[in-house]
Amino acid sequence: MREVRFFTLRGRVTVGLFLACASFLGLPINGFSKPQQPNPKEELLVSPGEIGRSGGRLVISLRSEPKTLNPLTAADGTSREVIGAMQADLIHINRATQLTEAALAKSWKISPDGLQYTVKLRQGLRFSDGHPLDADDVLFTFRVYLDESIHAPQRDLLIVAGKPITVQKVDAATLIFQFAKPYGVEERLFDGWAILPRHLLEKPYREGRLAQLWTPSTPPKEWAGLGPFRLKEYVAGQKLVLERNPYYWKTDANGARLPYLDELVFLFVPSADAQVLRFQSGETDIITRLGAENFSVLSRGQRGYTMADAGPGLEYNFLFFNLNDLGDKSSSDLTRKQKWFREVRFRQAVSAAADRDAIVRLVYQGRGSALWGPVTPGNRRWANASIPHSPRSLERARTLLKEAGFSWSTAANAESTLQDSDGKPVEFSILTSSSNADRTKMATLLQDDLKQLGMRVQVVPLEFRSLIDRVTQTKEYDACLLGLASFDADPNSDINVWLSSGGTHLWNPSQSHPSTTWEAEIDRLMEQQLATAGYDQRKKLYDRVQEILAQNQPMIFLASPDVLVGAKNSIANLHPAVLEPYILWNVEQLYFRNGPENASR
Amino acid sequence: MTRPRKLTKWLVALVVLHGIVAGAGFFAPYDPVEQDRDHPYLPPMRVHLMDAQHHFHSRPFFYPLRLREGSFDQYEEDNAAAIPVHFFMRGADYPLLGFVPSRWHLFGTDGARIYLLGSDAYGRDQLSRILFGGQVSLLAGLLGAGVTLFLGALIGMAAGYYGGWRDDLLMRAAELFLALPWLYLLFALRAFLPLAVSPFKAFLLIVVVIGMVGWARPARLVRGVVLSVKERDFVRAARGFGASDIYLLRRHILPETASVLLTQAAILVPQFVLAEMTLSFLGLGVPEPISSWGNLLTSLQQYSVLVSYWWMYLPALAIVPFFLGYLGLASALQQRSGAYKIDEKSSWSPT
Repeated sequence: MREVRFFTLRGRVTVGLFLACASFLGLPINGFSKPQQPNPKEELLVSPGEIGRSGGRLVISLRSEPKTLNPLTAADGTSREVIGAMQADLIHINRATQLTEAALAKSWKISPDGLQYTVKLRQGLRFSDGHPLDADDVLFTFRVYLDESIHAPQRDLLIVAGKPITVQKVDAATLIFQFAKPYGVEERLFDGWAILPRHLLEKPYREGRLAQLWTPSTPPKEWAGLGPFRLKEYVAGQKLVLERNPYYWKTDANGARLPYLDELVFLFVPSADAQVLRFQSGETDIITRLGAENFSVLSRGQRGYTMADAGPGLEYNFLFFNLNDLGDKSSSDLTRKQKWFREVRFRQAVSAAADRDAIVRLVYQGRGSALWGPVTPGNRRWANASIPHSPRSLERARTLLKEAGFSWSTAANAESTLQDSDGKPVEFSILTSSSNADRTKMATLLQDDLKQLGMRVQVVPLEFRSLIDRVTQTKEYDACLLGLASFDADPNSDINVWLSSGGTHLWNPSQSHPSTTWEAEIDRLMEQQLATAGYDQRKKLYDRVQEILAQNQPMIFLASPDVLVGAKNSIANLHPAVLEPYILWNVEQLYFRNGPENASR
Repeated sequence: MTRPRKLTKWLVALVVLHGIVAGAGFFAPYDPVEQDRDHPYLPPMRVHLMDAQHHFHSRPFFYPLRLREGSFDQYEEDNAAAIPVHFFMRGADYPLLGFVPSRWHLFGTDGARIYLLGSDAYGRDQLSRILFGGQVSLLAGLLGAGVTLFLGALIGMAAGYYGGWRDDLLMRAAELFLALPWLYLLFALRAFLPLAVSPFKAFLLIVVVIGMVGWARPARLVRGVVLSVKERDFVRAARGFGASDIYLLRRHILPETASVLLTQAAILVPQFVLAEMTLSFLGLGVPEPISSWGNLLTSLQQYSVLVSYWWMYLPALAIVPFFLGYLGLASALQQRSGAYKIDEKSSWSPT
């Protein structure tokens, strides 16, 4: 993806719509089945797992209102979380196992040269309005995603080696996807492409209204999907209510059609603290995206709910310096500072001085892990184990600085100040998002760490939007502390961060040519792995990328928080995952243990 | 109690309180920015005279706290090792009253650190931070009040003495200043300044803003006094002898406004300290790691801190004795002069 999207989730930047939303599979058509009872001609998917009880409504809070319910244009996290419960894709990544599994596609075959994917749809499936699904819907879906005038943020993922993939219909249930070059992620590519109802959208598409369609206030009748829930009611500023999709194509092991829940309610609760209070008072059933502090507050007063630490997630927090080449536009002050920032030993020294353990302990209360690279311990499959986890060492930092020509001067008050080779004191500021207390805390710890090297650092908390504007547009900043959360464990989900042409290549975004040799090498490796089949080969390439990053420290990786969630004890089948959506990924299987009467309100 | 004694009592109390804050380096056991990363959110320690075996010790001591196994912020007393508190001992360097380098502290310990008022998220000593924070907040309040009274007296006297269009212009300007939404203007102003403002500049900005906001009210009061004084016989007589405007203002009129200005000062200082706290609380004050009473309270914006660590509220209590002192002083001053009513409802509102 060449396009960056940022959106705020607790002030976090989440990148990439790569393998985006969670949705589920679809099935085939069969005319006259009564929706509630599975018809033998419907090729439904039997989900393993605990058998549940039907009924009840699940209430969950969202940090903001979804901007759209249109999978084509959804770019913000909340929109995609909601759409995940309403739509389904051909092949889906199981958030718990991180492996692909059949969804709307019953089976698929990849040709030996890796260029052709033959996908078989389930028979007899229906959209949530009862209209049958067939190969024409899939054709239509990919046609509109590829249409440049729609500006689908994921569109670039369908362009391989400069050529869009082509989709052909073989028969009503078989499709062939043709690639110009083998695609490294293989069938994972299909995750997140919600299959759209042609019968509702073809006319608006021809009239050019498609991108504006399907806002939350769309009348439920004009909306249809293949996910476990369908649109019921939207109250602006308050809530979005989804109801059970009676045509959903999954059953439990007993053959009962999923989902178990009758309703799924999203409340719009803008602040993290307010979400905690709502959950504590029993108004909401589930809470996700919790900070460690609120997690421990909730853990202390447990009554009727359970808190869980799902383990290390995929979010990585890091410090980076402004390495943009600003030419004449640069202020002399920044040019002077960039001389230090460009010095790799300076960056290495900062990294050596950072007390990562203190960050994990003081910011995450121990519920997190120190990081030396972008791949978190939550992503075992792709982490490069040979990256050294060097402990904090001020001595090493001082040696590196000395080698790079820095020196120390001691003032009258015995405080030593680091100077560059021109005798200028080393002073810079670190931007953080003011809405993210965790990162401001990290920056304050770093400030103290670097003071011990004689660097004078100021922490500047800034409103998130103006921070992103400074980093990606005006580029007026010294250093910045941010976090990114990958959507998927696969390295491709962050390709936009590592390619020098990427918009999220934060330290120097959207370059026309890689400005350093190591950036050029990363570009080459990332593009190579994109077109390489087989995990082992790709892992080798990505390991090298991690090595280069660790060596050059364009980002000084600091720490990664655990995924912390909480849920009422009455909810069963909970399997919190470290991939988003942490809990709702198996929403169709969630149920209330004691039946609907114990459900909230 | 007679009036002068009351006045003296309040004055002495205030001088003592300010002395403690001015000598923060001596009264505080530690450097306020020093982090003790092994002891975040440590609750206030208890100082004992009786040990666990009920033996009395003449030297106060405390038991160090250690983290409960597997916990982040739950501590328990370690009764094994009693650590005595020493008085007048050498510790961290600090400039006494801002310029005399010194190492002497009122009290301290060898070995484990003592946290009389607990520690914050980074293991910094709350007591030291509150004392040093007071320097910033009180100085901002005092300087702000100085600027305000200077401007207020100048503008009030000019308006009252000259009258006419000058009076109209200045008083309309005063009304305009009273009506401006200062907090938003300050946010806008901050957006135009460079990103990283040094602590000193941030402090100056606050003082200037506070001082600029408040002049309208004292100016109106001074104008009222001047209006009545300038018609008094001794002023007319002096003018009859050919005294100049400047001489009249300085020699005859300004002294008459003194009691109003003094009373105003006693009211404005605490108000401006509160204003500084409001601005710092919202992140417009001096930046971390320097403390002020306002930014010490910012962590309370988080729900988890609010419900978990009660000692984080303590900086809010620090202002109480100062407020009592200043308001007591104001009322004693008012009683002494008796002539002019204090506008009791006057308050500085940041919005």
